[in-house]
Amino acid sequence: MRFGVVQFPGSNCDFDTFHVLKDVMAQDTVMLWHKDHDLQGADCVVLPGGFSYGDYLRSGAIARFSPLMQEVKAFARKGGHVLGICNGFQILLELGLLPGAMLRNKNLKFLCRHVHIRLENDRTPFTRAGRRGQVLRIPIAHFDGNYYAPPRTLAEVERNRRVVFRYCEPDGTLTEDANVNGSLASIAGIVNEGGNVLGLMPHPERASEALLGSEDGRVVFDSLIRSLGARRPRNPVPASREKVGHDR
Amino acid sequence: MRVRILVSFKDSVLDPQGQTVKNALHTMGYAAVKDVRQGKVFEIELEGIARKEAEALIPEISRKVLANPIIEKFDWQLLK
Repeated sequence: MRFGVVQFPGSNCDFDTFHVLKDVMAQDTVMLWHKDHDLQGADCVVLPGGFSYGDYLRSGAIARFSPLMQEVKAFARKGGHVLGICNGFQILLELGLLPGAMLRNKNLKFLCRHVHIRLENDRTPFTRAGRRGQVLRIPIAHFDGNYYAPPRTLAEVERNRRVVFRYCEPDGTLTEDANVNGSLASIAGIVNEGGNVLGLMPHPERASEALLGSEDGRVVFDSLIRSLGARRPRNPVPASREKVGHDR
Repeated sequence: MRVRILVSFKDSVLDPQGQTVKNALHTMGYAAVKDVRQGKVFEIELEGIARKEAEALIPEISRKVLANPIIEKFDWQLLK
């Protein structure tokens, strides 16, 4: 299987993610350029953290229109696996592959620290190597991570067990203090209806080596490898050549 | 043709920046300030299209790009 890491102007976790997938997890991994239309046969597309296009309008708002993202959208709609980390999560929300939107953190501060998150659903391709109720220690680094969804959307997401991670105390209890950015229902990560698209604010790629203080983030990558490794190679989705947004 | 577009949070969405400004104004003694909502202003220069087309174009780009309809609303006016 092959991982593809998407690079936008302003991505800054692209090489960390690439390093973890290639060197730590020993997977075939390629970089994908935002202006291309080619997913290079990736079985899983990873949208890394950073500040795509400077996040000038809204986080992820402009990256959404990049040529490659139209391919990612088609890929996801056909069941392809997409992982959005931090800014990648914000892009998936703007793109409409995941429901809801991000507001500024409740204390209006950029938060860069380790947090604890509770694994809520271990039946997704992104979490099957973990177990429900497990607490992971993983860093966050964001300004806009305050998850919001209209009441009806939130109810639907909860009902279908699409909340995958929630901010929690080290012992797994949910408190207002542990919900550092003020997200609705302490939501740190959700999947789409089909379960093949995950967005999360914490950075698993920054918690995948003991040297960096935590290996808890490997659960996500281990799960993906286990989920996709057993799958037979997919037929590649043909590239759509329609020009969109600021494509040139 | 010049158009001004105002994007702000929907009333149902909490606006922490607006709240902070409101608190600051209260601290400064402006007790009459009841609420503050913060937003963004875009001034866009259009050319080569008729007024009627502009009236269709502005809501389109506002919905598609300038505002996120899940959390934001927009309002606009032609300046000249």
